[in-house]
Amino acid sequence: MSPAETPKAVKVVKKSKTAPKSKKAVAPKIAPVHNLDIGDHHVTVGEIFSDKPKMTMRNINVFYADKQAIHDVSIDIAENEVIAMIGPSGCGKSTFLRALNRMNDTVDGCRVEGDIRMDGEDLYAPKLDVVELRARVGMVFQKPNPFPKSIYDNVAYGPKIHGLADTRVDLDEIVENSLRKASLWEEVKERLHQPGTGLSGGQQQRLCIARAIAVSPEVILMDEPCSALDPIATARIEELIEELSQNFTIAIVTHSMQQAARVSHRTAYFHLGKLIEVNPTKQVFTMPEHPLTEAYITGRFG
Amino acid sequence: MAKMSFENHIMKQFDDELEEIRTRLMEMGGKVEQQVQNAVRAISEADSKLAEEVIIEEQVVDEMEVDIDTACILIIARRQPAASDLRLVMMVTKAINDLERIGDEAKKIANHAILLVEEGGSSKGYPEIRHIGASVSKMLANALDAFARFDADAAMSTIEEDKQIDLDYKTALRELVTYMMEDPRSISRVINVLWVVRSLERIGDHTKNLCEQIIFVVKGKDIRHK
Repeated sequence: MSPAETPKAVKVVKKSKTAPKSKKAVAPKIAPVHNLDIGDHHVTVGEIFSDKPKMTMRNINVFYADKQAIHDVSIDIAENEVIAMIGPSGCGKSTFLRALNRMNDTVDGCRVEGDIRMDGEDLYAPKLDVVELRARVGMVFQKPNPFPKSIYDNVAYGPKIHGLADTRVDLDEIVENSLRKASLWEEVKERLHQPGTGLSGGQQQRLCIARAIAVSPEVILMDEPCSALDPIATARIEELIEELSQNFTIAIVTHSMQQAARVSHRTAYFHLGKLIEVNPTKQVFTMPEHPLTEAYITGRFG
Repeated sequence: MAKMSFENHIMKQFDDELEEIRTRLMEMGGKVEQQVQNAVRAISEADSKLAEEVIIEEQVVDEMEVDIDTACILIIARRQPAASDLRLVMMVTKAINDLERIGDEAKKIANHAILLVEEGGSSKGYPEIRHIGASVSKMLANALDAFARFDADAAMSTIEEDKQIDLDYKTALRELVTYMMEDPRSISRVINVLWVVRSLERIGDHTKNLCEQIIFVVKGKDIRHK
């Protein structure tokens, strides 16, 4: 904070002490939220379920070896919804997100229990093709990670391996459409065959989004997609999320509460591996239901 | 429902800033309360010097409003308050507006006090002014108390007091109209009294707004126009 403000605050405190007629406001002293353990018996508050669910998660537990990272989480993600997952570091929000397209399968010792379905289909069924699943549930990561290939090939790769394009013309069309949807087309159309890694950070992230949407996913998972970007690139991605929500269902994990407030329809608050509250975003940021949510979004966790 | 506390932010400075607007709102409330009491006393004691003082002091109330408003805007710009913090800041920006309007009404009463002293003569209508003036002062004091303690129940019962004030206002109007009919020479004088009673009734309305805002901070419920 600006140090220039400090003397002013001090001055005012003095003034209030000397003002003769002023009533001294006596705030009720309330103990800070030190005890953050919410115990074993815990019920998520708020609007957890949806009438039109795209994905349903029931009683999810995730373990890393013998350490439990997610405790009995149930939640629906509605069709064409943007749902934000927030919470302090280590609260399990990323772990939970990664369970949604089985990214945790690749982590040694990680075990997922519970029932996760998309359009009623069990995503952990033994016969399910995980590669196909990850095309249907795409992912954008914290750090932009384009392949060390041309811009064109970055976007064309997915449609090629999934056999979505029969001809070169089809492929060109998919690449152009995806880049347009990711609002990157105008900036790169003259240099499609230059390396994707030569783009700026914000452009690289939009390239990764174009790559994710090129395979026509139904759900897009975003794990802190803007944390490595400057405010302008962040604003572009947020604008893009709004547009993408017309066609896709989006789950976004973010450390920026303002970002969650800006882009999401519903907000889920995680704490120590438990889902504390899920409510419409406009409620969570004005009148949260649970005191832990309140403490977190007002910046009171020490 | 989370209890009201504006402390324990990770950033201590934020605690101080919220505490500051809270304290300054209480100061402004105390000042306005005093203005109302003095204005009413100026009439019942025919003290035009006290009335002059109220008129001059109104400027102080205006300055307080501007200062607190600036502090609130700064908090919004720098801290992006959420939840109860946001509700407090929004409440304060609205409450200072109502307090400033109460200050304006007190000034109007003081102006009429001077006119009444100049005209001299009978004190018809003064009991009504004293009576409603006392009820309004008490209501304002109760509202500020409820704010100091963030007591939504107290705010709720204070809102009820406005109903009685409205009734007393209507009764006083009827009374004053009777005076005017009985003695047409008293009309200009009674009209002054009538404006005073009208101002007091308005102060009751602004105090009611204040109470509604207190309930909004504590409960997160908007009970306006209900």
